[in-house]
Amino acid sequence: MSSATIVNLPDQSTARIPKMNYLSKENGLLSWLLTGDHKRIAILYLISISFFFFIGGALAGLIRLELLTPQSDLLATDTYNKVFSMHGIIMIFFFLVPSVPATLGNFLIPLMIGAKDLALPKINLLSWYLYVGAGILAIYAMITGGVDTGWTFTTPLSTHYVNTNVITTGIAIFIAGFSSIFTGLNFIVTIHKMRCPGMTWFRMPLFVWGHYATSILMVLGTPVLAIALVLVILERTVGIGVFDPAKGGDPLLFQHLFWFYSHPAVYIMILPGMAVISEVISTFSRKRVFGYTAVAFSSVAIAVFGFFVWAHHMFIMGISNYSVLIFSLLTMLVAVPSAIKIFNWAFTLYKGSITFETPMLYAFGFMGLFTIGGMTGIFLGTSGTDIHLTETYFIVAHFHFVMVGGMLMAFLAGLHFWWPKMTGRMYPEKISQLAALVTFIGFNLTFFPQFILGTLGMPRRYASYPPEFQVLNVFSTAGATILGVGYLLPVLYLTWSLKYGEIAGDNPWQATGLEWQMQSPPLTENFREIPIMDHEAYDYEWLERQKEKEVASVG
Amino acid sequence: MSDSPVMTQGALEAAEHAHPPYQRHHFETVDQQADATNFAMWVFLLTEVMFFGGLFTAYLILRNWYYPAFVAASHQLSIFWGTTNTGVLITSSFTMAMGVWCAETRRKSGLVLALVATFVLGLVFLGIKGIEYHEKWEKHHVPGFHYSLQSFINPSSDPVAQEYGDKALPMDMARKTELYFFLYFAMTGMHALHMIIGIAILAFMIVRARAGAYTSGHVTFVENFGLYWHFVDIIWIFLFPLLYLISRHQ
Repeated sequence: MSSATIVNLPDQSTARIPKMNYLSKENGLLSWLLTGDHKRIAILYLISISFFFFIGGALAGLIRLELLTPQSDLLATDTYNKVFSMHGIIMIFFFLVPSVPATLGNFLIPLMIGAKDLALPKINLLSWYLYVGAGILAIYAMITGGVDTGWTFTTPLSTHYVNTNVITTGIAIFIAGFSSIFTGLNFIVTIHKMRCPGMTWFRMPLFVWGHYATSILMVLGTPVLAIALVLVILERTVGIGVFDPAKGGDPLLFQHLFWFYSHPAVYIMILPGMAVISEVISTFSRKRVFGYTAVAFSSVAIAVFGFFVWAHHMFIMGISNYSVLIFSLLTMLVAVPSAIKIFNWAFTLYKGSITFETPMLYAFGFMGLFTIGGMTGIFLGTSGTDIHLTETYFIVAHFHFVMVGGMLMAFLAGLHFWWPKMTGRMYPEKISQLAALVTFIGFNLTFFPQFILGTLGMPRRYASYPPEFQVLNVFSTAGATILGVGYLLPVLYLTWSLKYGEIAGDNPWQATGLEWQMQSPPLTENFREIPIMDHEAYDYEWLERQKEKEVASVG
Repeated sequence: MSDSPVMTQGALEAAEHAHPPYQRHHFETVDQQADATNFAMWVFLLTEVMFFGGLFTAYLILRNWYYPAFVAASHQLSIFWGTTNTGVLITSSFTMAMGVWCAETRRKSGLVLALVATFVLGLVFLGIKGIEYHEKWEKHHVPGFHYSLQSFINPSSDPVAQEYGDKALPMDMARKTELYFFLYFAMTGMHALHMIIGIAILAFMIVRARAGAYTSGHVTFVENFGLYWHFVDIIWIFLFPLLYLISRHQ
């Protein structure tokens, strides 16, 4: 690693964590469970999503262990079906969707736009309770027999051919959906109505723009998933028939409703990740994000286009050729705003003073892996190749490159980046750089072989496979082990750092956002007085001038 | 934030500024608070539109596919009760609007009266809906349990079908009428569920309004509930023609 660093910590012999902060203000369990403070709710969310991440991760471990050998020997085939279904459900609805928005977004949006809290603190807390309730219900469904429909609840499988806990899981996701709607609603209102004087739309950090686009998707998409699940539940309980061909209904209608949410949902999952990357890339290359306006609008463009591509999940399901043509074209279009982001980040790096702290390493991981994930999405959006590749491991690899390689890397980048702000202490740099590297290597070893497996024709969602695929599967399982270590490390050293980490001070990264101009950890009310924003976002010269002023006034 | 490089507004000014008790600490002004919660309500109603949108989509697609069945089944709904209920609901929206006006102009007894009227009209709506559901039950038009195709394969046995001059439907088309009634119950049921939630909140508001909660200048809650009530009303304004009226002359 380069020895150059921008980290600027206060003198450790004299530095102290400020006595008054949001963590020390009140004590006791109740002060947390009844809090209206967006920062505390973010911490509650962080703990709960980490819990679900490790459940989902353990299930992924079981899948990879089963696939170590061609026969189905570790798990019975129907158990395997339940394991991969629950892995998908937990990872998507209980980890990826709330991951960055409910933790980092919750914590940072008010700080970044100069507000004392989100607009609706009680709704914010309610959303956490809904999330926890839904999570408990999902786990209950899992331990009382599980569900084996895949996370997609495909009809008529989910309505007629399986007899597992579809209803319980459906209700759990319905409730989790409302938690996500409330988060999105809160963000939209906050960003519209709570910006401090001088904080115009185009002075907002791109983090906020990314979350704004995400919130639009959450608010408009999630209710459609809710009604689709209600109809599945009604089908199972009273036989409503809307999805049942025997009664005149149409199973494809379920697909349309489900993907109308679930395709935008992948943007719900990735946009906050992109939001994090914009902040990290700018800070560690000491430059304003190249093409700020283009990046801001590309987030909104992704949100808008994202609603018109859902049928590309249904190319082989018997939709008309004209639909295939149009949705294929629109799918290509949605790649454009994502590419705008990648190119603009690359130009931000160009001639920047780049340093390689952990968040930046994760951000580089994101850029590479997301690009591969996105490009392979074009293969799948092309109707001809899709017929060969869909329902194979190619699609598994594509999705995991975007979600794990993209979103999880971005989540870890953001977590490390704002850890000093959230806790007041630094994480240990060397070991976390190692963890970033281990994650990257483990990830590629796990999922790259799956692209090859997919092109060779190995179908997804089977517990057994022909023996000639074993070598690549062994690579993949070995990679998953390394990846597991990569994810366990941050848990250990981040917990360690809560007590033993170096005191971070206000602005360890020399970053420009409003959140860095206050004490770490922040006060409960964030700002004693509402600030006035008098400069553009990512204005490093402004930061330099401020420092000079401070020196002058102290001198 | 003592070492903050960000400029701050006059602190003295802020400290001297007295806040009314209903202003939450994180808002700068009452206006901002009212504005934000109002906006939040609109966004929430947007999610409701999308929620009902799924059902409307299903209805419109299936209606196009099984047009004769949906026409014949639609004839079985009671235009009289449907129209009456529409009137009841629109009146309740009027009394709700009066309630909001009373809250804004600080007329306590007027507000209580308006809320009680809305509450009663809401119950009347549900009562009439109950009568309609009961009719369906008696004619074996409740899908699932003991559904009967008599009215559609043998229209002469059914006075309503005769009145419209319905032709007998072939068996496979007649069976699609069950789908219509499923959707009828799902859509009006979902609407009724929203009404029940609204009525429960109204009961809570009546108690609070009698204690003078909304007539001291803080009307956001009444306003936002008004929006919700009008929204539920509008859902019905779409349901009524789509379910009752659309096949009147076919």
